[in-house]
Amino acid sequence: MPDSLAPPAIQVEDLRKSFRIPTHRVDSLKERMVKPFAPREFRELHALDGVSFEIGQGEFFGIVGRNGSGKSTLLKLLASIYRADAGTIRMAGRLAPFIELGVGFNPELSARENVVLNGVMMGLTPQQTRDRLGAVLEFAELEDFVDLKLKNYSSGMLVRLAFSLLMEVDADILLIDEVLAVGDAAFQQKCSDAFHEMKAEGKTVVLVTHEMGTVEEYCDRAMLISRGRIQHIGDPAEIGRRYLRLNFEKGSEARSGAAPEESTDVRLLDAWIEDAEGKRLTNVEHEQQIMLRVELEILRDTPGLGAGFIIANADGVGVFQFGTEIAKADGSSELVAGERVRVKADVENLLTPGRYSVHCGVNRVESGGVALYVHDAVGFVVYGGDAQSQGIVSLPLEIDAEVRAEARDGR
Amino acid sequence: MDASDARAPELREVHGPSALGGGARRFYDLLWLTAVTEFKRVYFGTVLGYLWSLIRPLMLFGVLLFVFTHVFKVGSEEVEHYPVMLLLGIVLFTFFQESSSNAVTSVVSQEGVVRKTQFPRLVIPLATVVTGAFNLSLNLVVVFAFILAFGVDPTWTWLLFPVALLALFVFTAAISMALSVLYVRFRDVAIIWIVLAQVLFYMTPILYPVTAFQNATYEHLLMLNPLAAIFEQTRVWILAEPAAPTAVGAAGGWLHLLPAALIYIAICVFGVWIFRRDAPRIAEEL
Repeated sequence: MPDSLAPPAIQVEDLRKSFRIPTHRVDSLKERMVKPFAPREFRELHALDGVSFEIGQGEFFGIVGRNGSGKSTLLKLLASIYRADAGTIRMAGRLAPFIELGVGFNPELSARENVVLNGVMMGLTPQQTRDRLGAVLEFAELEDFVDLKLKNYSSGMLVRLAFSLLMEVDADILLIDEVLAVGDAAFQQKCSDAFHEMKAEGKTVVLVTHEMGTVEEYCDRAMLISRGRIQHIGDPAEIGRRYLRLNFEKGSEARSGAAPEESTDVRLLDAWIEDAEGKRLTNVEHEQQIMLRVELEILRDTPGLGAGFIIANADGVGVFQFGTEIAKADGSSELVAGERVRVKADVENLLTPGRYSVHCGVNRVESGGVALYVHDAVGFVVYGGDAQSQGIVSLPLEIDAEVRAEARDGR
Repeated sequence: MDASDARAPELREVHGPSALGGGARRFYDLLWLTAVTEFKRVYFGTVLGYLWSLIRPLMLFGVLLFVFTHVFKVGSEEVEHYPVMLLLGIVLFTFFQESSSNAVTSVVSQEGVVRKTQFPRLVIPLATVVTGAFNLSLNLVVVFAFILAFGVDPTWTWLLFPVALLALFVFTAAISMALSVLYVRFRDVAIIWIVLAQVLFYMTPILYPVTAFQNATYEHLLMLNPLAAIFEQTRVWILAEPAAPTAVGAAGGWLHLLPAALIYIAICVFGVWIFRRDAPRIAEEL
């Protein structure tokens, strides 16, 4: 814990929260009156099951977890939107209670009115908010639209306004839920600068996100949460690895019966990505070949094996799957115990920027059975590339938008 | 770290959402701002603006005045200053009805704010009542111009009028609080309230004076309605009619006014109690 000397800003002890999910919702008074004593059926969902942690003042703390892991519930409890069933939350200083950007905005009101209203909601006095209105608009680059109703704003403008306001409220603790995915590149850069500034000012920031890249870039520490319990608290890079593993768990569970990580036939010695000079890499620039190298050791004489790989992105989606049969130079596929196999695969890198991992499998050619399956044998990050394209892969593209004059002439 | 150490904010326990939550100052600021912006939004968004708020009770007044002075002839002869009494009653009841009806759906329609921010829940229904009070204040200016034009002389009892207004405001607020949280769980509340408010309109001496029954039992029954007591007393204070009985008189003595007072208190306590009870869970129920 790098900041263990800092006094705590947030202290959470044995926090519990469960929801009762009615199997049959009683929505009308009539239903209740007709069957007043009918057993109200519901099942208990333990969203948080005894969570304790501490965040130091000035810490940039990430909370990571899959959908349904309880991270949103935790955030709502921290923000005083839900009430905990048991346990305590203690905080030092003022909290900006917005867990999503711009939720307090009323589309029928102008930017000016919204800024004042939301500023007060976040704990400023009306006068303070009016004084800061200029700064908010300047940061958001929306000075010309101050009296425009928000319903006429574009979504990008809304986010800019919301983010600028958040920056200006002077809260000691900020809770931020998935914000960086929005806005154009220039504004994202601004947000990034603002984050660094907040960090420098010693503000406590709790960031909840799926985006491991963001966590690794900003956070001092991070917490991985799964099924209502803390899996791990620690170094963001370590959390990133564990998060990826967790993401793949689901997929591998289905296969686990037939996919031994330990095998009597073959063993994975090493797997890595290298560059043209043979230097090992963890980051690969977009459009630069992904040079995957894998070393296997044969443990038992086997007639024929094939090596297969899956490149999966951070969401666990298999983006590309490929493989080859393992054959000797003389053409025979008979493998003898003690022999080593090196697989070289050079893959065109059309992947969009993000974190990827490579699963490695070895199968028996004749029976089709799986001899070995190693989840997340090696991981890498793709960076750079054209910011205009989004999705899973970035395919070669020629695109052109042409304005044609004929239509007008035809009228 | 030095900057934050210098301030060294203390650790305080966070208790989760509540009706008030976040300090009195913030509560007051939010209530005021919400009410003012809502008022502005409604009346600056339309061409005739504030006039609409006046036209509605005035039209109702016009129709009822015609019906009850020319068709049924209850008003004109027997009751002194009948038009004034009618207008005053309608304007006061409009405040009660509009505020409470707007409050019913207020919490649910603010779903986004309730589910995603730590917003003192009580602000939401209360703001609709405060917005209603703004309208009422403007309408009362017109009503008092009307009262003077009708030749009613100001008396010192006019100074007591704010007491009646306060009683009405508190009553409306309590009902609004109860309705707004009940609606979260039971959507029938909206329909029930439309009917109930209509019934209350006729059960309150607005169209007729309490004495119209010529029957002490009915009079006493009518005075069980806390609104009846408030409206009747207002009429006594404003119009200063010797003929009109005070709330006490109409009920048949202080003792008989007691049930109305108890009902009034019970409703207020119920409103506060149920709102406080349900406020922390609103975000989950939505």
